[in-house]
Parts: sequence; structure tokens; C-alpha cells
Amino acid sequence: MKDTPTHPMPVLHARGISKFFPGTIALDDVDLRLMPGEVHALLGENGAGKSTLIKCLTGAYRRDAGTLMLDGQDVAPGSTADSQLLGIGTVYQEVNLLPNLTVAENLYLGRQPMRRGFIARRRMNAQARDVLAGYGLDIDPAEPLTAYSVAIQQVVAIARAVEMSGKVLILDEPTASLDRDEVQLLFGVIRQVKARGLAVVFITHFLDQVFEISDRATVLRNGRVVGECLLRDVTQRDVVTMMLGRQLEAQVKTRDTGRPGKTLLDIKGLGKRGMIAPFSLTIREGEVVGLAGLLGSGRTETANLIFGAVPADHGQVLLRGREIGLRNPRDAVAHRFALCPEDRKIDGIVGDLSVRDNIILALQARQGWMRPIPRAKIEEIAQSYVRALDIRLASLDMPIRLLSGGNQQKALLARWLATNPDFLILDEPTRGIDVGAHAEIIALIEQLRADGMALLVASSELEELVAYSTRVIVLRDREQVSELTGDQITPDNIINAIATEDAA
Amino acid sequence: MSSPPVGPRPSILKRIMPQLLILGVALALNVAVFPEFFQIDFRNGRLFGNLIDVLNRGAPVALLCIGMTLVIATKGIDLSVGAVMAIAGAVAAAMVVEGHGWGTAVLAALAAGGLCGLWNGFLVAVLRIQPIVATLVLMVAGRGVAQLVTEGKILTFDNPGLIHLGAGTVAGVPTPILIWLALAALVTFGVRKTALGMLIEAIGINERSSRLAGINSRVLLICVYLVSGLCAALAGVIVAADIKGADANNAGLWLELDAILAVVIGGNSLLGGRFSIIASLIGALIIQSVNSVILLSGLPPEFNLVIKALLILGILVIQSPRIGNFIYLLRASGPQPQPEPPHSTQEEAAR
Ligand SMILES: Nc1ncnc2c1ncn2[C@@H]1O[C@H](COP(=O)(O)OP(=O)(O)OP(=O)(O)O)[C@@H](O)[C@H]1O
Ligand SMILES: [Mg+2]
Repeated sequence: MKDTPTHPMPVLHARGISKFFPGTIALDDVDLRLMPGEVHALLGENGAGKSTLIKCLTGAYRRDAGTLMLDGQDVAPGSTADSQLLGIGTVYQEVNLLPNLTVAENLYLGRQPMRRGFIARRRMNAQARDVLAGYGLDIDPAEPLTAYSVAIQQVVAIARAVEMSGKVLILDEPTASLDRDEVQLLFGVIRQVKARGLAVVFITHFLDQVFEISDRATVLRNGRVVGECLLRDVTQRDVVTMMLGRQLEAQVKTRDTGRPGKTLLDIKGLGKRGMIAPFSLTIREGEVVGLAGLLGSGRTETANLIFGAVPADHGQVLLRGREIGLRNPRDAVAHRFALCPEDRKIDGIVGDLSVRDNIILALQARQGWMRPIPRAKIEEIAQSYVRALDIRLASLDMPIRLLSGGNQQKALLARWLATNPDFLILDEPTRGIDVGAHAEIIALIEQLRADGMALLVASSELEELVAYSTRVIVLRDREQVSELTGDQITPDNIINAIATEDAA
Repeated sequence: MSSPPVGPRPSILKRIMPQLLILGVALALNVAVFPEFFQIDFRNGRLFGNLIDVLNRGAPVALLCIGMTLVIATKGIDLSVGAVMAIAGAVAAAMVVEGHGWGTAVLAALAAGGLCGLWNGFLVAVLRIQPIVATLVLMVAGRGVAQLVTEGKILTFDNPGLIHLGAGTVAGVPTPILIWLALAALVTFGVRKTALGMLIEAIGINERSSRLAGINSRVLLICVYLVSGLCAALAGVIVAADIKGADANNAGLWLELDAILAVVIGGNSLLGGRFSIIASLIGALIIQSVNSVILLSGLPPEFNLVIKALLILGILVIQSPRIGNFIYLLRASGPQPQPEPPHSTQEEAAR
């Protein structure tokens, strides 16, 4: 990094940015200064206005007030394309790539290498391969993007933004679907970008990562800046207090495993060729089974198989001792199963429907169309979950896609809790959830378990798994490799079990 | 503006306001070319007048757009409705010619239309063929089927019961008007008083999520094509009854396009999702009013299609999100919090 602490001029200086939505003041007179060669964390609760601020900076939203200076010059990008030309590369929270195009096309869309008026496909693919290799990805760039997982798509989006950015790189929750190793790779890239003198904006709810990579932070609360600080001067606790406007009580870990009840589910040799090796698993009432493993280790596949989202091709499932057929999610829902999916945009939200309809969707589907839930009941259910999970919204009538990412996640949780399931599968339940809500969701899982629900929770956050699991199943290469119980459940043990090659 | 205002509440009147305005303009044009447009007489036990004609002549498209709205809400499209009209008309005619009663004939026509709808639904929901291709099959083949039924000629009939459905009146009101109003009320009630409407919208917006939430998307998809087939069958019966004969070549020709247009003018997105049957029906009336202007203006018929195309183009331009943005920007200089323009930003964020 160039030693330029005397250089006081920000690369990007936003002043007095305001943005109003019907019923919401998303941003109120917000200032943001980005110094060259600096990683700047943008922090705040779900719905604080982080993503909105980014979109106002890049011209994706028209701001209602405020000025923007890039290198001391007034600029007014009118669209994301404009801001790219100005040298601002962005990865939005909801990754927006074109799934039907190839990886290389996504990477170079709009500035493909040309040869005699045609796209130089071979050169483009070769370049793409090199660029992605820099991120530790060895994939075929000529394959369509959909052939790869969300995490890989995330890396492609980041690579695209890095290639685009000449002055500022903005990353809105880029690590939400990445593993530890991938996060480290990403941080390597961020350090390189920073060394080139760019300013990097980094949004995340993982405070460890904030302190590891960032130099400075701006904290937002309810659309206002509550402070800007150098991270070396403050503690995590200070930052949390700034974000929430109150102290977060230290989490006391009560491994009160209770007495697990009767066996609810007995899974025998369930599997699907090419997707996940046959596995057996019993789950009792009042028990939380954690699923650990790297990306692509089969966590999501396991969850989908048990829920019937993908039909199994062998094995059987016994519910309270009786065999049941799970050909599709409808069967599972009828047996009072619930699955809160990993990818909330594709598999979760029904974007244009109101938050209210989204919350009652699964319950209504189970009741069937002939028995509509009465209006008053719908209102009561929706209101109670909005309150219980502290979902921030302007109105229950607003389309769910307008909620902030973390609030969408909470609304999906509400959808499944509203069905009052016997067996709840959660796939990455805290993805994109802020620190305050994170603690609440862990407490909620504890509560549900204590009330006798059976839960299966897949998560890449080990501390979280350790906090609520009564048992942890470790997956590697789409196979169950070990099971940890009781005092064996520690982050280190899980990491070891994930890493040990010879155990398979 | 320190305390956030209450969030927006959807209201049906607000939703259909643009359509009502356009309908108003279309009717005003009618008055401009024919001042007595709104005059309604009661003669020989029947209401007469240009307005009644618009409602009456608009019946086939109004019927079609009821089913089409549901199909489009699921992100589908039904190109076969014109051909299904021909089949249903042919079946009804063939039945009365063979000496069956008009009731039996109508039931047979409905059964034929329902079968066509099920076929489309099967292709779309079970075989997962894209709706535009799946329904194209029947669009092309359907007229052939209708010709087989009529044995290649125009099958005329004189069954008074059947004719009454197209040319008769009930309490002075032409029967087709009553039929489409009744069906519209029935279907609207059916989807809004049950959870069907919401579930249909859900699968149109995000079928994967809907399926994972436990919605039976396959059955719902089949149902909407079934309803579309039934609507087309009724339209086919009315058209045949009106001309006292089944014309396999020309009955319902191009009407699928008018029906789709009615749905679009009604402000329903071809990408599926939120829908309003009432708005589509107003769309159908707008189309019929445009037809009426052309007729009343006395221009030579060669101009008809061109003028219709221009008028419709105008309507669609007025409704386009770009224009909406422009109007929004014109008004946006005030200090109040402004709503987001209807489309723009979300989509632009995607680029
Ligand atoms: N297009 C929109 N229309 C209406 N309200 C919106 C729109 N976009 C965002 N909001 C609202 O603005 C507020 C800020 O949202 P934003 O997405 O910026 O939050 P965030 O800080 O990124 O939260 P998260 O951590 O959950 O991603 C939220 O209350 C959200 O509901
Ligand atoms: Mg956000």
C-alpha cells in the first residue's frame, strides 16, 4: 500500500444523500467519504439503508437529495452503466448475472474482446479462465453460469466488478454465501485492489471479517449516519452498540440439551444418484441436528432430498414409525415439514406478492385453495410475526422484493413458522441477518427445540452450529463422514472432521 | 416529513383508473364522430343503441380475455382460443343439426372446449412445453378439427334455443352481454373469494418458490388452461348462434390476438403475476370502442386495420413505463417524498 496518510482527498465523497420510498425514509442526509487505498466497511442493522446508499451512489436509484464527488469533481451517474464508466465497480446484494449466458460472457458482458467485428470467443474464454484462476476457481468459462453454485456465481460477480472498477469497488454482502477459504481468497483480492490505490466499500454482517479486512467504518441506523470511525480505535462491542443503539447482551451458551423426545423421523438409506450418497439419519422431537460441511459438500442437497424438493431414487423415510412418500414439497408440507431454503431470491420469495401473502403462502398452500384463510386471521398471523421477528417494513401490502435482504430472510422464516411444523429444516437461516437478529434467531431455534420441534439446520457458520445443535453431522463430497455429539461439538472438531481426508 | 406516512394501500379503483380513462377517451371519440352515440332506445322489447352494440359485439373478446387473464397471470399464453371457438361453434352446430336440443349442444361445445383446455394444460404443466409453442399446436390444428366436424362447409342451423344465445334478449338486454357479465362475475368471485387468485399469482411470479411452499402448481396450471378453453367455447357458441351457422374457417379468426391485447391494455404484465380480470374486461371494451369509432366514422374499410393499429399503439405508448417515468420526472421537482417510478430502477440495477 502506498504510504499516503497525508493525502486528505477522498476518492468518492457523498454528501447529504437522502432517499425516500413510500412510507420509508431510507436515507436521511447521509455522508460517506472513501479514501484511496482504504477498505471502508458500511455497517448497520437490516433495513438500515446500506444497500439503498450503494444504489444511490451508483445511479441504480435516483437520489432525492445530495451531491457526489469523484476525485474532487461533481458527478451524477444516471445509471449503473454510467458509474461503471466512471470507474465504480459494484456487486449488488442480490447478484444479478444472466444465468443463461456462459461464465465468460457474464464476466465480459458489454466489453467482450472483439476480432473483426465478432466476439473473439476463444480469447474471451482464455482470459476468463486466467481471471478466475486468480480467485482459485478452476471452472470451464464456456459453461452456462447456471451450471455452478451460488457461491461460484458470487465469485464471478465479484470478478466482474473488480475488472470494472478503476477507482471504487463496492461489495454488498459478498461473503454471505462463501466458505472460510473462499473468504480468504476474496480478501486476498481485496488487498490487491486496495494496494492499487482503489477505495473498497465492504458491506457485511460478519464483524470478524469487518475487523480483519477494513480500515474504517461508517455506521448507519434507520437511514442516518451514527458515526464514522477508524476500526483500529474501536472494539467489536463498540461497533455493535453503535449499530443497534443499545448493548447486545453477551450470549450465554446454555447447552441444555433437555431430554430429546420420541423419534420423529427415521431416514433409511435415502439418496439420489449423482447428487448425494445414501444416508441414514434419525431425528427426535426436541432435537436440533446441525449439518456442517464445505460448500458443495451436500448440505443443501440433503435438505432438499428430505423435503422432497428433489425426489430420492432410493431409500425410505419413516415418520413416527410409518413409511411416507415424499415425491414433492407438497407431500412434505402435508406431513408438517418445512424448509426455509438457502437461496431466498430463487427458491424463497415470491417477489411481487405482498409481504402478507408471502408470509401465509405455505399455510394457505397446505390448507388448499378451497379454504382461504380469513382476512382477519391473515392479518393477525402476519402482524404477529412482523412483531416477533422485528421485520422492518413500511406496510404489509408492499411487495416483498422491496424489503431489505435481511428482512426478506425474516419474512421467509415467518412463512414457515406460520405453518407450525413438526419438523423444520433451515438452510442457512442467518444468511444476511444482522448481529442483533442473529442472536434472536439462535434464541428462537433454542425455543422451538425446547417446545419439542425437531430441527435440521444447515449452516456454514460454525459458532452458530455449535450454539444450537444437539448433534452435528459433517458432510464431505456429498457423503456423511462423521457425527459429533455432546461435548464433542466444538468449532475445532467440526473443522477437523471437515478437513480430515482419510476418514472417508 | 419526519413521521413516515402510512404505506400504500392497493385499491381496485386506483388500479383500473388508467383503463377507465382510456375507455373514456375512446367513448368520447365515438361521440365526436357520431353525436348520438350514447342514445339508447327501447323498441320491440329490446334495447338498441351504439353503446349496447359495443357491449354486445365485445362479448367474444370479453369472454376470451377472462380465461386469458388467468393464463397470462401464470406467465403463460393461450394462442389457441380462436381455434377453440371454431371447434366449439362447430360442435354446437353439428349437435343441433343432428337433432339434439340446444342445451345438449351447448354442453357438448363446452366439453369440447374443456378438452382443448386440458390438452393445452397437459402440454404446458406436465410435458413442460413453453406455452406459446404448446398452444400454437392447437391454434393451427384446431381449425382443421373444426372443419372435420362441419365436413368442410358452413353448417347452418335454425334451432331457436341456440340462436337465442347469440341474437336473443333477456328482459330487453342482448343475451351475450348477460353471458359475459355473468361469467366475469363468476370467475372473479371464484378466484378472489378463494385462495386461487393468490396462488395463481404466486406461480406466475416465481414457480420454484411456489412449488417449494407446497403449492400444487401443476394442477393450477392445468386449471387455468381449462378455464380458458371453457371461456373460448362459450365465445364460440355465441358467435355461431349470432350468424346461425358454424364457419370453421372464420369463426374467432385472430380473436386470440384481441384477447391478449385486451389483457395487456388492462395493465396485466405478460411476465405473469398480479392480475385484474376487471381491468382486462375494460381492455376488451376499449378495443370494441375503437372498432366502433372506425365503423361510425364511415371511413372506407381499407383503413380499419391501420387505424386500429395506430390507436392501439397510442394506448400502449401511453401505458409504457418510459412514459410513466417521464410524467413522474415532470412532477418530481416538488419537495415531497416521491414514489418510485413504476418500473425502471429495479430492472436497471440488473444491468
Ligand atoms: N424500492 C423500494 N421501495 C420501497 N422501500 C424500499 C425500497 N428499497 C428499499 N426499501 C426500504 O428501505 C429500507 C432500507 O433498505 P436497504 O435494502 O438499504 O437495507 P440494508 O441496510 O441493505 O439491509 P440488509 O442488511 O437487510 O440488506 C428498508 O426499510 C426497505 O424496506
Ligand atoms: Mg442490503
